[in-house]
Amino acid sequence: MFCERAMELVRELHRAAEGRLPAFNEDGLRQVLEEMKALYEQNQSDVNEAKSGGRSDLIPTIKFRHCSLLRNQRCTVAYLYDRLLRIRALRWECGSVLPSALRFHMSAEEMEWFNHYKKSLATYMRSLGGHEGLDITQDMKPPKNLYIEVRCLKDYGEFEVDDGTSVLLKKNSQHLLPRWKCEQLIRQGILEHVLS
Amino acid sequence: MTEELDLPGQDSDAGSEEVVLTPAELIDRLEQAWMNEKFAPELLENKSEIVECVMEQLQHMEENLRRAKKGDLKVSIHQMEMERIRFVLSSYLRCRLTKIEKFFPHVLEKEKTRREGEPSCLSPEECAFAREYMANTETYLKNVALKHMPPNLQKVDLLRAVPKPDLDSYVFLRVKERQENILVEPETDEQRDYVIDLEEGSQHLIRYKTIAPLVASGAVQLI
Repeated sequence: MFCERAMELVRELHRAAEGRLPAFNEDGLRQVLEEMKALYEQNQSDVNEAKSGGRSDLIPTIKFRHCSLLRNQRCTVAYLYDRLLRIRALRWECGSVLPSALRFHMSAEEMEWFNHYKKSLATYMRSLGGHEGLDITQDMKPPKNLYIEVRCLKDYGEFEVDDGTSVLLKKNSQHLLPRWKCEQLIRQGILEHVLS
Repeated sequence: MTEELDLPGQDSDAGSEEVVLTPAELIDRLEQAWMNEKFAPELLENKSEIVECVMEQLQHMEENLRRAKKGDLKVSIHQMEMERIRFVLSSYLRCRLTKIEKFFPHVLEKEKTRREGEPSCLSPEECAFAREYMANTETYLKNVALKHMPPNLQKVDLLRAVPKPDLDSYVFLRVKERQENILVEPETDEQRDYVIDLEEGSQHLIRYKTIAPLVASGAVQLI
């Protein structure tokens, strides 16, 4: 049946858990494009037959192939765009440097898209207000406490706090730190918010 | 509390009217804009004057805090207030960006067909961001797939492919200014349209499309 490969691409993303980015299915995409090429060429020759040879009985087949072509296009674009949305979400969750495990799953063009998006977002954020702008990828949750108790999950090293003093973040050490400073590190998995 | 910090009132830079807001009123306006944007299904008119004034306010507060004595209780409380304001502002701007990205072809089309003098939904920076997002995505789709497809399938009409905001979704609102004779259109063929009055202070659950102009004018507040 036509469009099976295209449907597989869509199903692959549908199966992936919310937000997860599976490896880019280059083979699958290539096979869909090949099927489209074959369908189009078959249609071209049939259209010529129908016009010059008067074979109007070919018309239903031509229409059917055209529908398959449209479906292939739609599934392909849906697959590619949904991946872009997941990649976009990564910027907001992981920051501007992606973990290498995820980068492995992205194609070179997706990486390029991501870099353009990052740049666009940075330009926008810098333009906010009059001075250095506002980093709106911070402050994702309403602030409850000024300081929060955090436990360090991995060795991180020196970490500078507001008034110039610095704190040594060693694995398993616990600290009382300003909430907004810790947000980024909590998201990266270096610190853990301790709820007593 | 903010009186102690000796902040000046803010002037709107819109040019046509001089509006002086106290800091408390400014934060109120920000919170109203934030709630409206959160609950409205479509992108609302941009309020960059509020954004600019709030950022200036945060700047003032930060400078004052730096000059204040360390360990003073006032410092913690003001810092807390600053964090709350920063959260609301960030959340507001994030909400707008999310909608811009979600409906990007429609947002840009609306901007393109906007008449002279009509207020824009997008700030100049948001417009630039939207254009870049569209160009980036179109280029990507073209290079990775579309240009390898048969000649008659190399274009995708983004205005048809990307869904529009659902203006028929229901929203909660509180009435700030009394409204009379609001026409409520029927949803199904069996219903007929009818007219309602909105009393000041009353709360309603209603289709967004019916009251969209009232949100823009400030006559109702989405909650």
